[in-house]
Amino acid sequence: MKAIVNINNQDRELIFEPHEYLLDVLRRYGFLSVRRGCDTTSCSVCTILVDGKPVHSCSYLAARAEGHKITTVEGVEEEARKIAKLLMDEGVDQCGYCSPGFVMTLIGLKNENENPSDEEILDYFMGNLCRCSGYVGQLTAIKKYLGVK
Amino acid sequence: MLWVCWTANCNKEILGGEMMKVVNQSIPKVDGLGLVMGKPTYTEDIIPRNALVVKVLRSPHAFARIKSIDASEALKLPGVECVFTYKDVPKVPFTRAGQAYPEPSMYDKFILDEYVRHIGDDVAIVAAVDEVSAEKALKLIKVEYEVFEPVLDFEKAEGHKSVIHSGDKIECKVDVGLEADKNIAAKVDIAMGDVDKVLDDCEVVIRRRYYTQATHQTMLESFRSAAYIDERGRLVIIDSTQIPFHVRRFLARAFQIPANKIRVIKPRIGGGFGAKQTANSEFYTALVTLKTGKPSRIIYSTEEVFEAGSPRHAMRFDVTIGADRNGRIRAIDLEGLSDTGAYGEHAYSVFLQAGMKSLNLYNKVEAARFKGKVVYTNHTPSGAFRGYGATQGIYAVESAVNELAHELNISPIDIRKMNMIRQGEAAIKFNFNGIKNTAPTEIVESCALDYCIDRGKELIGWDEKYPRKVIDKNRVRGIGMAIGRQGSGIANVDMGSATINLCDDGSFTLLVGATDLGTGSDTILSQICAEGLGVSFDKINIISSDTDITPFDGGAYASSTTYVTGNAVKKAAEKMRRLIEEEGARNLGTDVDKVEFDGKFIKVKGYDKAISLEELAIKLMYSQKQLVASDSYVCHKSPPPYMAGFAEVEVDLETGKVDVINFAAVLDVGTVINPNLARTQAEGGIVQGIGMALFEDVKIDSRGKMITNNLMNYKIPTRKDIGNIIVEFAESYEPTGPFGAKSIGEVVVNTCSPAIQDAIYNAAGIRVRDLPMTPEKILRELKSKTR
Amino acid sequence: MINDYIRPKSIREAYEFLTNRENSQVIGGGAFLRLSSKDIDLIIDLCDLDLNFIKETDTAVEIGAMTTFREIEKSDILKKYFGNLISDSVKEIVGVQFKNYVTVGGSIYPKYGFSDLITALLALECKVVLYKSGEMRLEDYLKEKIDGKDILIKIVLAKESTLSSYKSLRKSNGDFSILNVAVTKSKNGYKVAVGARPEVAMLAYEAAEFLNSNSFVDEDIALKAAEICCESLSFGSNYLASSEYRKELCRVLVKRAIMEVVK
Repeated sequence: MKAIVNINNQDRELIFEPHEYLLDVLRRYGFLSVRRGCDTTSCSVCTILVDGKPVHSCSYLAARAEGHKITTVEGVEEEARKIAKLLMDEGVDQCGYCSPGFVMTLIGLKNENENPSDEEILDYFMGNLCRCSGYVGQLTAIKKYLGVK
Repeated sequence: MLWVCWTANCNKEILGGEMMKVVNQSIPKVDGLGLVMGKPTYTEDIIPRNALVVKVLRSPHAFARIKSIDASEALKLPGVECVFTYKDVPKVPFTRAGQAYPEPSMYDKFILDEYVRHIGDDVAIVAAVDEVSAEKALKLIKVEYEVFEPVLDFEKAEGHKSVIHSGDKIECKVDVGLEADKNIAAKVDIAMGDVDKVLDDCEVVIRRRYYTQATHQTMLESFRSAAYIDERGRLVIIDSTQIPFHVRRFLARAFQIPANKIRVIKPRIGGGFGAKQTANSEFYTALVTLKTGKPSRIIYSTEEVFEAGSPRHAMRFDVTIGADRNGRIRAIDLEGLSDTGAYGEHAYSVFLQAGMKSLNLYNKVEAARFKGKVVYTNHTPSGAFRGYGATQGIYAVESAVNELAHELNISPIDIRKMNMIRQGEAAIKFNFNGIKNTAPTEIVESCALDYCIDRGKELIGWDEKYPRKVIDKNRVRGIGMAIGRQGSGIANVDMGSATINLCDDGSFTLLVGATDLGTGSDTILSQICAEGLGVSFDKINIISSDTDITPFDGGAYASSTTYVTGNAVKKAAEKMRRLIEEEGARNLGTDVDKVEFDGKFIKVKGYDKAISLEELAIKLMYSQKQLVASDSYVCHKSPPPYMAGFAEVEVDLETGKVDVINFAAVLDVGTVINPNLARTQAEGGIVQGIGMALFEDVKIDSRGKMITNNLMNYKIPTRKDIGNIIVEFAESYEPTGPFGAKSIGEVVVNTCSPAIQDAIYNAAGIRVRDLPMTPEKILRELKSKTR
Repeated sequence: MINDYIRPKSIREAYEFLTNRENSQVIGGGAFLRLSSKDIDLIIDLCDLDLNFIKETDTAVEIGAMTTFREIEKSDILKKYFGNLISDSVKEIVGVQFKNYVTVGGSIYPKYGFSDLITALLALECKVVLYKSGEMRLEDYLKEKIDGKDILIKIVLAKESTLSSYKSLRKSNGDFSILNVAVTKSKNGYKVAVGARPEVAMLAYEAAEFLNSNSFVDEDIALKAAEICCESLSFGSNYLASSEYRKELCRVLVKRAIMEVVK
């Protein structure tokens, strides 16, 4: 199958099989920040933005992506760098495996709600599992990025 | 009196009087930026082109013999390169346990065997050009099994009519008490004094039974490896592992090829927590690549990680504590049973730690004993998981001490202070198997437990909240506490080494075998190196975990990296400093005792004559010599980090649901090399501990099939499950540690379960003794209490 | 393995594909497709059929089958008429990413036992509209065996001012509910729905009748209603919990939900 998909503000023609999910197709096209953390839509490591909203790329059929705007970490370098520095300042950039999914979710949150409460942040990120960091420093980094107290 | 001062420009003087410029700083991780920005640096990102996809056919039976296996249909499928069965591989038994040689682990695993011993055990290995063909091929392999009754209850494993391992086919380099025909993988019997005699004499004796469950490490990057043959015919493995050097040794043994024909490279990895301290997928890719000459790769699904990985050993403990009425603990008798599952990789070592580490929290007892057995079952083989037995043993002992405190109507804090080990005291020296232990007595040179408890008490608000606060008629809050410890490396066993090269621009390359699994050890070791050399952090370029390039290191386990490898790095740095001073002196035309190196310049003392490190480096390289300094360290002690954990929970009396409101922890890890990274380790460990205490649970059905074999069914804590976590560190200094440091990696998970259990008791008056403490179990206890 | 994928341009076209190709399946969000290892010949994606809507008519609020959980969670229209019932029911499900693609149709059509949304909708005056089988009450749809394949197009919620409460218990956040409960009160009286039993949600008619027969509902009445509810429904055991615990929970959660409604 073929589809024209806008990836990081660039229209790309993707070639793939009907059974393929966007995660594997994106990786094949060199977007290696997108990765798999589980097999059951449970961890959000694979999060990308589809039309600005965070979605699991492992469950999004590539065939569906036609006509949509996809964003990965590779497409938001400047913001990713800011977020990275904030995570590093807390020491919570541990194994890094959940980080790209985390970055995309944070950008998704910013798109939706620029001034969330702690509760709203925790709810928004509930699906983002991290086994290394214990989550505490991540909340500090999120709040600093959004400029909320 | 030891003290600490923090100066405005961040030169820290730590206990012991050394001035710190780089150590004890929250320096950001060297790889942080690249990782968060998604740089392709993990195994899956650097797999060689055209690597064959390897998949494993796994047993659907918990215990069976392969009567026949026919791969002919699979081999006919286009795209399938090869299929291996037990008939095609060497019959050498080995262990996959990441431990120093000679391993106290049974050599009871084969690359492929005629017998399968757990659901998920390997049956056949397929390599094909792509995923789809490999999956199809798996389905075409025809296997006939002779199915045996599996051993699924570890309390009934000993003497079961199903004998899981044939004693004549397996061996153990170290005598760990293997009795294969009874399904006993190992036995432990350690004692000090005469426990039975002292217990007889005690005013108060309590006996309790506790269970801990199997839990999964659940690192988000599954097991995976890739293999290829390089231009010199050597096997190269790219491996998501904690133990590159041990993996090399295992492969050499399993495939009967020289270790120097194998190279193992660990790139960035997505966590391990001990799961990757057992070799796993490397055997499959090594096999395929050796046999075909082609590169190969394997990436485990979550189901494979859970069913064919190595969860925490489930254990049962019977704790007997004898004390007098005023709270002085006189004897502790611990009897345990541990489930090692189908293979005995970490059976003995984990079990030993359960007793050794927990009992040594209370060194002043007149007698102490730990004995028990580790049994084989047809469960997924258990393995290393943060805490490594100490977690389970400390849960049992600390819970019992809390129960004793209630029994005696003494505060759990006072009973700890009365009995716990303190700085300067001797650890219990255990006799093993009745043989007198003649090793020197170990003195604990750093222990700030006193402070940890006092400060933790403040942080949780103990005095205002103990024991409980009623919120409304359905909800009560309670607080509880526990102390914990781990070790730092394995004494006289763990060895780490470091090599430092001076580069032509005055910077340094630091080579260490030590494995960074995301913890930041690359950064920590660079800090120690920079501090030891007296240079700034940015001068250090660290390369780690490549068996061809970096010197030997056991790997990331036993909380050894900061303490053992850190000491090696410090020693190598000191050697390099001396070399710089020697060469600097020579280039300045004077003797070495007349110069000093301040990190930037080698100066002649008292004279206005100096050479910068950069100038010296260029001169040396073009054309004098390459400065190289290398050193190793074997730890002769394993100085324990300590922790006091305080939990505040809320119990819903009608549903049994428990929520953690606050968890405060104060840790003594000696000098904190990197406060941010250390704090994050603590927070991460506490969250894992909360999961283990309240809901993480490996569940197996009556056939032996793991029900909780993916992240939908096996839940780890989300950020909404943890309440408010507060972590602080005590001022402490371990004289034998690099700049006073001990370790932090494992201790962090050890206080949660006992502290939470007592908090629930204080809130609701009931105690659940088998983990996890789920709402259903709590409600059951509440209901039977009211009856 | 999926052999083929198509985006039909009309529901009729979708239905034709569904009935003509044997091993074909409609997808909603695709989450449960991801979780399944079945081979499927043809995937029929309804994303071009404008079934993603929440709209008011004179008498009802209609939700298209392709509306996502996140959209219903955030909908002001639903809040206006039904309070927090629907948003509470989906709030704890996995996470925002999941809710951004999981759809109303994809959860209701298969009658999933663990569904939180079905329980909430069952406590409202909810009708499902299927392409072939037409319109029917949700409670009838759940009980009946549909002949052959069909496509869920939308759900229709009677626009009644409703007091509501949704309660569930999970062992940890993001996990399946051990049990979930929805209680509503409108001018038509009370409705009590219990789901994740682990079987799919059911209405507790006797409990509702009991509540309706009491002009004033206090905690004793609420508890009695909850007990009637427990006796009238069946509960099962699975790896999450035993049937005994579910029954206990039913008593507690129903009581609490009723009290929240009357408060």
